Amino acid sequence: MSHAHTHDHDHAPEHSEVPSDPALRVKALESLLVEKGLVDPAALDAIIDAYERKIGPRNGARIVARAWTDPAFKQRLLDDATAAIAEMGFAGRQGEHMVAVENTPAVHNMVVCTLCSCYPWPVLGLPPLWYKSAPYRSRAVIDPRGVLHEFGLDLAPEVEIRVWDSTSEVRYLVLPERPAGTEAMSADELAEMVTRDSMIGAERLSAPGKGAAA
Amino acid sequence: MSTSETRIAPPLDRPAFARLPRDADGPVFAEPWQAQAFALAVRLSEAGWFSWHEWTLALGEQFRSAAARGEPDDGSRYYEHWLAALESLVTAKGLSDPAALSERKHAWAEAYRRTPHGEPVALAAAMRGT
Repeated sequence: MSHAHTHDHDHAPEHSEVPSDPALRVKALESLLVEKGLVDPAALDAIIDAYERKIGPRNGARIVARAWTDPAFKQRLLDDATAAIAEMGFAGRQGEHMVAVENTPAVHNMVVCTLCSCYPWPVLGLPPLWYKSAPYRSRAVIDPRGVLHEFGLDLAPEVEIRVWDSTSEVRYLVLPERPAGTEAMSADELAEMVTRDSMIGAERLSAPGKGAAA
Repeated sequence: MSTSETRIAPPLDRPAFARLPRDADGPVFAEPWQAQAFALAVRLSEAGWFSWHEWTLALGEQFRSAAARGEPDDGSRYYEHWLAALESLVTAKGLSDPAALSERKHAWAEAYRRTPHGEPVALAAAMRGT
């Protein structure tokens, strides 16, 4: 990818830099499929835009915040996450079959996809690189405590760790524990503090300002 | 299992990830073509040309091939595997074929070479296949 670009700047006209091999292959695929009417370029743009900016982990954070503040919704989420998430308008694509797993003081859940990188896109956006990496995919199952340690999360020995292996049929969302000291916060404020990693089970949340003067 | 090769977090301080675009929650796509390849697979599946299960099998096959070639699988080549899976599935489903894809790729490269910098790049009409 290191394209030497140290010459020819004084020559006119300067031609467009030729894209990388994979970029050209994607352009070839897209232009051929669009010409055949197999895909609509506007639909492609909408998908890119949605996953890059609109969806993201914010949808998942809103689900978690509502579960923390609405006990009836939380029960529906744990009973049938697919229906509860659809109720909030986040259905579709690869998030159809969702299962929510609740973290408690005694149980910590974490999610992996050992086969490839199945991930609940509609609620969490695009998966982070580490989620797709071979070390995480292989080690999350055999050494979850060690993996969590590398994320900076050291769980007490008595905490049970449950590892959930996502597939193309079932995706998991971790419902993190609501941090102490957040009792006065609204659902919107709570959603702001729910991170993507906490919903994969790679992080535990603490109240904002904890450890500081607040 | 505590060597640097198996360390998986925090990933953002790795030199290999230094150029990744990121937001508060981490990297998104390293390059636009990755988002385009992503969208193509999602859209073709939504349109019914293949199921998402078929897609995960095709992608898993690329991971296995890469591992068999001894390539490091640290996530950095993830979208290259994604693209290879897309090409193989598009071919398997008869939506295109390797010769057409290769010819079109070279046509795009040529179009970039002859288009002055700053102008939109378009395939010449004569180079477009039918």
